[in-house]
Amino acid sequence: MTDMASLMEDRAATTDAANLRKPVDWDSADISRSIKKRYAAERRFKTYGLTAIMLALAALVMLGYSIISKGYSAFVQTYVQIEVTFDPAVIDPEGNRDPAVIGRANYDGLIKEALRARFPEVTSRSEKRKLYDIVSSGASYDLRERVLDTPSLIGQTRKVWLISGDDFDMLNKGYISADTNEASRRLDDDQIGWFQALQNGDAIEKRFHTRFFTNGDSREPELAGIWGAAVGSFYTLIVTLLLSFPIGVAAAIYLEEFAPKNRLTQIIEVNINNLAAVPSIVFGLLGLELYLNVMHLPRSAPVVGGLTLALMTLPTIIIAARAAIKAVPPSIRQAALGLGASPVQTVSHHVLPLAMPGILTGTIIGMAQALGETAPLLMIGMVAFIVDIPGSAMDAATVLPVQIYLWADSPERAFVEKTSAAIMVLLAFLILMNGLAVLLRKKFERKW
Amino acid sequence: MGIYMKKTLAIAALASVALTGAAHARDQIRIVGSSTVFPFATAVAEEFGKTTSFKTPVIESTGSGGGLKLFCAGVGEQNPDITNASRRIKKSEVETCAKNGVEAITEVKIGYDGIVLANSKEAPLFELTKEQIFLALAKIVPSKDGKDLIDNPYTNWKEIDPTLPDEKIEVLGPPPTSGTRDAFTELVLEEACDEFPAIAALKSSDKAMHKAACAGVREDGAYIEAGENDNLIVQKLEANPLALGIFGFSFLDQNGDKLHGSKIGGVEPTFEAISDGSYPVSRSLYFYVKNAHVGTIPGMEEYVAQFTADKAWGPEGYLADRGLIPMDDAEREQVREAAKNLTPLSM
Repeated sequence: MTDMASLMEDRAATTDAANLRKPVDWDSADISRSIKKRYAAERRFKTYGLTAIMLALAALVMLGYSIISKGYSAFVQTYVQIEVTFDPAVIDPEGNRDPAVIGRANYDGLIKEALRARFPEVTSRSEKRKLYDIVSSGASYDLRERVLDTPSLIGQTRKVWLISGDDFDMLNKGYISADTNEASRRLDDDQIGWFQALQNGDAIEKRFHTRFFTNGDSREPELAGIWGAAVGSFYTLIVTLLLSFPIGVAAAIYLEEFAPKNRLTQIIEVNINNLAAVPSIVFGLLGLELYLNVMHLPRSAPVVGGLTLALMTLPTIIIAARAAIKAVPPSIRQAALGLGASPVQTVSHHVLPLAMPGILTGTIIGMAQALGETAPLLMIGMVAFIVDIPGSAMDAATVLPVQIYLWADSPERAFVEKTSAAIMVLLAFLILMNGLAVLLRKKFERKW
Repeated sequence: MGIYMKKTLAIAALASVALTGAAHARDQIRIVGSSTVFPFATAVAEEFGKTTSFKTPVIESTGSGGGLKLFCAGVGEQNPDITNASRRIKKSEVETCAKNGVEAITEVKIGYDGIVLANSKEAPLFELTKEQIFLALAKIVPSKDGKDLIDNPYTNWKEIDPTLPDEKIEVLGPPPTSGTRDAFTELVLEEACDEFPAIAALKSSDKAMHKAACAGVREDGAYIEAGENDNLIVQKLEANPLALGIFGFSFLDQNGDKLHGSKIGGVEPTFEAISDGSYPVSRSLYFYVKNAHVGTIPGMEEYVAQFTADKAWGPEGYLADRGLIPMDDAEREQVREAAKNLTPLSM
């Protein structure tokens, strides 16, 4: 404040000398009013900036809250404990413990038998059907695994925890209320009564839902997982990276270090900048035409997704790489050349290593963009229901954001929480990738 | 630049691997088509993958029209084997198919789907006729005296009929690209419009105007295009009890504790009413099989058999649990036979 005042005094003094005006009275009412006004303007300006940041933060908090509050419950899953009799007559009628025979047995029947034994009062066919919904249709595969692992179970009666059906899971998590009108609920009073009976017998438990991280997609919400989509995303990104990184960096080096400055390279530069702003669906159409219709690559395969996303990521990487190369001071190049290095040696031994942190940051940000993309994948058939976990980049696969889209579109109530949980996983990956970019920049970037 | 040369070579190698990969035979059924049939087809596909030794089919949700376009593109393993549709295949599509070499197609009707007009349980239940829905949603309606056609002036349900609730007309529905919207236009608006003499008269005098008057949905904000995602409409209805929403029956089935479906023509949209045809706004769902692929792509016949088993599409099957309205026993038997023998469609 005093600095500013003295500066103004100086200026006032010089103008005074020139114009021979009266000296300014710094304590006059006019001046102090005008100073007050300037401070007020400054405070207002600060407030505007602060409000903008607060609004952005509030939006972020709301987004986070709505996703986490809806999605956290997807990480746990309801399990039901029932007493299953591993009937040798059903599982292994010949008694020779042949895994092929054991594998084919009717485990679903065993579970139904166990449920009927637990609730002997249920006799009519329609009532039984309602009862069977307590246990998920996927539970029989668990039982099968268990018997194949330990064949000594055959002939025994054991209490086992089985994964519950999605409607009962929703009831246990409080998304279905027992207070509403019976006719309009997914579960009727009998079903809620059975569930409460099980609950009173401590036969209901919530457990961490590992399947959500290990399974592929499923139409049964309790069996659906994101692993298939995560593997699909991984293959897609690997193909994208293998293609766009070397091409992007090579293009940037050529344009920055070797290309003559003429009309042609100018046109190329402008076009690269424009490509970065092209809507991603356009790249999808290009991918459909080029890779599927001309090259006849398989539909829905991560390799095609990766090739398409590489087109989209290339401009981002080229622009970032050029900026990073440009930031390397000319003195480095001159020194290298002066000591007898060839232009190729100068670039590969000096410029490129120094520019690498910047290039990698740009690449990671481009990859993060590619990870979140759905529109171009629509065109090449990656928006699909795929149960099997892809084993290679040639198998049909889907990616994380597409999985979110498909679940958001499913009628079953239990998919609402799955959608939010999948969004959390995708966000975690994005934060991880951006964090890595920040880390690289902080650790390796050099300032001149 | 040596390192870049190597990388370029690596990419070339990758590309050639990719190309040779495409050459080996496909052992997985590929299905495309309607987003309405998608939840049912995926349920069958998953069960098929679990209970047989075949791979789980890959199902894309492309919409009925998009699916038929891909399906009719030709024979060969780069083209899909089956397409789902929430409407019957058109004659023009059969012709396109034939032109591209897809000659024998088996049509499998799988059941019905109801389209409902529902609102939050906090609001009163609507009892509507198709004509009232037309007056509420059409772009051009007959004037009160029935002589002229005017831009839709109604803003409150009460203005259409005094027995209707005193509420603003606000309907959330799918955009024109959706099959649900097509079916709604066809089953409600186009059927209702000829009940008005002023519009019916156009049929002979001005065909184009007649079509526009019958199928045009108002754009002044009373009908809100809420996107293809039916779940979104359901969530918006919960938040806004004054609005009605248009979507498939399976979403009403899943959200019966929050929403109720308006009676149309005096009939409530229930499982039974859609099944016996008394609920007026329902449509048939289909899938189409490319006969030339049966025998080339493993598992095609078994998939069709799985879909047409009573365990799946019967009244107590798992598709009914997901909201598919089954056909009656006789019709199911007939379709099953035709599907088993791969009787080609003739139009």
